[in-house]
Amino acid sequence: MADVMALKPGVGGQAAPNYLTASRGLKSWLFTLDHKRIGVMYLASVLAAFLIGGVFAMLIRMELLTPGPTLMSAEAYNKAFTLHGVVMIFLFIIPSIPAALGNFALPLMLGAKDVAFPRLNLASYWLYLAGALMGVVAMVSGGIDTGWTFYTPYSSSTGGAVSLMTLAAFVLGFSSIFTGINFIATIHKLRAPGMTWFRMPLFAWSMYATAIIQILATPVIGITLLLLVMERVFNVGIFDPKLGGDPVLFQHFFWFYSHPAVYIMILPGMAVISEVIPCFSKKPIFGYKAVAYSSVAIALVSFLVWGHHMYVSGQTPVASAIFSFLTFLVAIPSAVKVFNWLATMYRGSISFQAPMLYAIAFLLLFAIGGLTGIVLGTLSVDVHLHDTYFVVAHFHYVMMGGTVIAFLAGLHYWWPKMFGRMYSEKWARISAALVFVGFNLTFFAQFLVGSRGMPRRYYNYLEEFQPLHIVSTVGSWVLAAGFFLMAGYLYASLRKPIDAPANPWGATGLEWQTSSPPSVHNFDHVPVVTTEAYAYATETEETTVGAR
Amino acid sequence: MRDWLRSILLPAEGTSYAGSVDSLFFFLFYMGVFFFLLIAGLLTYFLIRYRRRGPDDRTPYIVKNHKLEVVWTLIPLSLVIFIFFWGFHTYMDAAVSPGDAMEIRVTARKWVWEFEYPNGIRSLNELHVPLNKPVKLLMTSEDVIHSFYVPTFRIKQDVLPNTYTQLWFTAKEPGMHRLFCAEYCGTSHSDMLGRIFVDDEKTYNEWLETGGDEGKDMPLAEFGAMLFKSRGCNTCHTIDGTRGEGPSFRGVFGSQVKLQDGSTVLADENYIRESILRPQAKIVAGYQPIMPTFEGMLREREINALVEFIKAQR
Repeated sequence: MADVMALKPGVGGQAAPNYLTASRGLKSWLFTLDHKRIGVMYLASVLAAFLIGGVFAMLIRMELLTPGPTLMSAEAYNKAFTLHGVVMIFLFIIPSIPAALGNFALPLMLGAKDVAFPRLNLASYWLYLAGALMGVVAMVSGGIDTGWTFYTPYSSSTGGAVSLMTLAAFVLGFSSIFTGINFIATIHKLRAPGMTWFRMPLFAWSMYATAIIQILATPVIGITLLLLVMERVFNVGIFDPKLGGDPVLFQHFFWFYSHPAVYIMILPGMAVISEVIPCFSKKPIFGYKAVAYSSVAIALVSFLVWGHHMYVSGQTPVASAIFSFLTFLVAIPSAVKVFNWLATMYRGSISFQAPMLYAIAFLLLFAIGGLTGIVLGTLSVDVHLHDTYFVVAHFHYVMMGGTVIAFLAGLHYWWPKMFGRMYSEKWARISAALVFVGFNLTFFAQFLVGSRGMPRRYYNYLEEFQPLHIVSTVGSWVLAAGFFLMAGYLYASLRKPIDAPANPWGATGLEWQTSSPPSVHNFDHVPVVTTEAYAYATETEETTVGAR
Repeated sequence: MRDWLRSILLPAEGTSYAGSVDSLFFFLFYMGVFFFLLIAGLLTYFLIRYRRRGPDDRTPYIVKNHKLEVVWTLIPLSLVIFIFFWGFHTYMDAAVSPGDAMEIRVTARKWVWEFEYPNGIRSLNELHVPLNKPVKLLMTSEDVIHSFYVPTFRIKQDVLPNTYTQLWFTAKEPGMHRLFCAEYCGTSHSDMLGRIFVDDEKTYNEWLETGGDEGKDMPLAEFGAMLFKSRGCNTCHTIDGTRGEGPSFRGVFGSQVKLQDGSTVLADENYIRESILRPQAKIVAGYQPIMPTFEGMLREREINALVEFIKAQR
């Protein structure tokens, strides 16, 4: 953040002050109510979390290069994969798109001056910091080895800083709830004159759907984690059979949040893709209403599928069957979105700048993630694949190939708006290629390790699995190289004077109508919306040949 | 083609149930490949055909096509409903065990599998079952959740404390099949492995009578080295001096062992024997009293072999 604060105004310091330069000093950032600054602080924080989670990932891959001990003990390995999961999920992915990019872009896209509750927004960031701090303290004071799922009775009996880490997740949950409340109120109340619900960018629709889940599901994980702490600290029997509890109850509670939470993570990814593809295809989105409603449909059905994580947990076959059926239903709106994005490109004018490269990568990787999700939703096949590397590969294709790649698309898309600087397009393309290749090497191999029967969370493994693990580990190095390159050219762009035009991509959203970076108050005049979103087409409905 | 693909994608088929799961798996695989190629193909075609040629490119106004949208909703919907029923059908085959199945009790604990047969005999990490006979496992855990996973049988079931869960299978491939713990259970989770031996009726009955002749021709110390792994001692004890959940075996024999109550004891053959059969009797200083008893689970020669093996770790 120090670098962000050091940003100089444009050539010769003559440009009007923007939100980055309007005030100076650490205090002006930590006590800011400006959604853009809060977004930038969130961005710096989630990128730091991504680095920490990424270091754990690299350690895990190094350890798995050979069966048996490679560079750490089994205890250290168990802590490494737990911390990788906890940091990536609670500190990186969940806040990545909504709290970092969304905080910055959403009010601008709606033509608003700020979010509805700026103080709540700042409180959300402070809670995030507090939760992150607790997490770091838990990491250095013994760490935890429960897996990010905290399954009981293992988690109620193992040593380490489990209570502190669950309290950290509890606090982070409130940070997420506050963001959700803010977005719902902002979307309801602060849209620019003329921006009806169906003229909103689809980004706003997806954020709205995300916020519904954040508000309704997050309290459940909060309660569950508190119950776990009560069991550990006060010996109240809730989940541990030794104290008269039921361990499977914990799994129900946990997945009642954590499955919808998967959609807290992927819906914002879909939100970004719905912005990027029309812009770089110069075509209006195909099936606006289908994309908008499918976000809401995903949000609602996502509450009813948690039991598909529990086919072999001992729940009744009837319950498993119902959960399997509902799981298949949730696949449909996701498939519809993919078809809509593809149809948007049809007869477009497609350019290949960095945000679009990531959107293309998203389509391919999310397709694999979605199709393997169908495989896992199928009852009898899942019994074989459950808790194997196949599941690890599947969720990395959805969460990293989907959400993280979409986050990168959004980061490259809004970067010029956020900081007023263009990054090197050439290096961005090379880095995108490295990330794409490295990702597939790392995780495709894991599908095969898993379907051949290697369980996940294994420190030691049979020698027959080693060749595929070598591929995966080498892939992680390529992936890391891509990310270091990205850090390099993004940092380099910040060292230059402001050079980004207001609208570098020729996009139609309201955020592109103000300067880059925007002024403190976003717009000089309240924008008035008179057309639908994504008015990219050069022809009209009447002049388009073969439109129907 | 299917055999070749299976050798890449899946383990061998040890039950006929595995074959029916694989049929569905391959259907899903081909369907997945088809849809991926469809998406990737269209994407590639559009990216090439409609790449930007200049700033004056004209783009049409196409925002809906209801017929197309209904088609691409209904086709996937009918496909997944079909898949659901297929998956449900095979799942129910595995959920309901035949009435005449032979029952074997399974007890899981960190980090061993214990099996008890109808005649009262017990074995560790080694399950012997007859060929082509339905076998039902009635399972429970003594500590945390474990999961009984046999990839070649395509079966998996969590094993819970304070609750019985069950699994059944009819093995059709003689030989050894691997058993894994699939639910994370702590330090030695990945070493909580077992082997399932599928034998013809005669060999199986012989094994039940005699406990098998494993290690018959081996010297004691060598047999002990084998048991050290197959009985799961290695999940807590090392032989290279590094600390595990329990003390390392290296250099322990003949040494003065410090106990929790402050006294010391000479680690002779009787001390080691007692530590295997009644581990709670003398707790080594600095370690938790977590070792389960092996009384009744090891034959006399197996105990001798382990003592001999530990003696050899100088």
